[in-house]
Amino acid sequence: MKSTTAASAPATARPSRAREAAAPPARRRVRRQLVTSPWLFAAPGLAIVGIFILYPFVSTVINSFTDKRQLVEGKYVGLANFRELLHDDMFWIGLRNSTLYVLVVVPALVLLPLLLALLVQKQIPGITFFRSAFYTPVVASIVVVGLIWVWMLDERGLVNAVLEAVGAGKVGFLSDQWLLLFSAMAVTVWKGLGYYMIIYLAALANVPRELHEAAAVDGAGPVRRFLSVTVPAVRSTMVLVAALSSVAAFKVFSEVYLMAGPTGGPAGEDTTLVMLVQRTGTGLTGRVGYASAISVVIFVVTVVLMLLVLRADRKEDR
Amino acid sequence: MPLWELALRYTLLLVVLALMIGPFLWQLSTSLKGPHENIFSSPPSFLPSDPTLHNYERVADTIPVWDYALNSLKVAAANVLTNCVGAALAGYALARLRYRGRKAATLVFILAMLVPVEGIIIAQFTTMRDLNLNNTLIGVLLPGCISALNVLLMRNAFLNLPYEIEEAAFVDGANVWQRFFRIALPAVKGTLAVVAIFAFMGAWDDFLWPLIVLSDPDKFTLTIGLNYLHGTFANDERLVAAGTVIAVLPLIVLFACLQRYFFRGVGEGAVKG
Repeated sequence: MKSTTAASAPATARPSRAREAAAPPARRRVRRQLVTSPWLFAAPGLAIVGIFILYPFVSTVINSFTDKRQLVEGKYVGLANFRELLHDDMFWIGLRNSTLYVLVVVPALVLLPLLLALLVQKQIPGITFFRSAFYTPVVASIVVVGLIWVWMLDERGLVNAVLEAVGAGKVGFLSDQWLLLFSAMAVTVWKGLGYYMIIYLAALANVPRELHEAAAVDGAGPVRRFLSVTVPAVRSTMVLVAALSSVAAFKVFSEVYLMAGPTGGPAGEDTTLVMLVQRTGTGLTGRVGYASAISVVIFVVTVVLMLLVLRADRKEDR
Repeated sequence: MPLWELALRYTLLLVVLALMIGPFLWQLSTSLKGPHENIFSSPPSFLPSDPTLHNYERVADTIPVWDYALNSLKVAAANVLTNCVGAALAGYALARLRYRGRKAATLVFILAMLVPVEGIIIAQFTTMRDLNLNNTLIGVLLPGCISALNVLLMRNAFLNLPYEIEEAAFVDGANVWQRFFRIALPAVKGTLAVVAIFAFMGAWDDFLWPLIVLSDPDKFTLTIGLNYLHGTFANDERLVAAGTVIAVLPLIVLFACLQRYFFRGVGEGAVKG
């Protein structure tokens, strides 16, 4: 904790004497002044990040080896929490749902926003309006988005009204455990489309037009050009999007909480890991130690996801 | 571009537009439908036959929605201020520190950026309780009030400024604060605007953390209030729809006004961040 505050930070390196002597006196004074004040400038940021991010992170890891509860100090219990996790059906349900979320949402969010970016890339009249409009779901808060879709997918909501009007039967999107989870995934994808579209747009701006023209001259069709020109050019961005979206998907909370309810749908079958942390660790009898153990699993999986994405990136390079 | 391709593009654009904007318009339409209009009709009627603001009055009678909006606004405004000031100061420090200190301090912020916030909420809550700040708006604000990502964004912006300008200013007798405010800050206005927009949106849209830290209904922010409304009056779709419109409209208006900065900034941030 202390090591992250400005006070005990390492002293700044002294500039080399030879250069000091060679520099005019004014410059020497500037350098010295520029060395001392930055610690003062960085102090608020270091303090906030230290107290509210890094310290809670360390104490989460420490708590995962104790039986601490809300308002009750815990004692060291070794790996007991993790052993209990292995026999906890709810934990496996949460792990299954969060993992499934990654497997479905990530491919969709890597590919669809890229296609969307290609669609809005061409400067045609009104394109700015379309870009902004596609970004609107990103701006809306997740609670608003969740409630909009709860109403859209309701037994008597718009989607079912349309399905009925065209002669298909009603679908209980919000009553079946699997349909609920997939509906939540669809909402996550819908909300993320615009966000990743913008990231891809920035990347596409750097693709030289000559490449496309050359490919077209060689007789490559649009699909072929997409695969052999566009995809290689934005590959590093696709990796970035995969990394961002996979970590976010694994930590999903709000969409499922709002659509399936606090208890996670029928018999809790739609609970995700973060929902489990929230449910286990809060309240007067909250089991801080046990919830922290689940958090540690989330940390580990997050790191693993990052490494997987980076490795996939390196493999492609060879 | 040949005509058929243009036609195809616009067709696709309109289809996606319907998918992205349609749900919002349907929500708006539902919120304007009076108590005697059937909102479950099939085929659905897209326009309210007799638009009324009655549901908005009912939301205000059901939950103190304007108080919640004010709470959200307070937190969001404070978040903008703390992030802009704190991240600019720290980012400037990271860009100007000498080698060894810079490495250590930058590493602190990079590590903090990598911590998955959803995993540390329980410990954050315990920290808040130790500080006697749980169930306060200050408690909602604090953990994100200077975000590591924003600090690193500002650092990148300051790194692009040539050092010589500041030395010249120093020779002219400017002290460090003057250099910071008069020379460095005006040069990174664009990034600062991005930090401000994201700080506002982040605070206004936040759900999980306020849900954990707030327990008194009179301290709720808008998102928590909506969740409560949905949980208690789920069968009253018009009421929930009106509540969501109240929550989302200010942001859409803000975004429409600032979209220029937005897209420039989002692009920059994506490439460099």
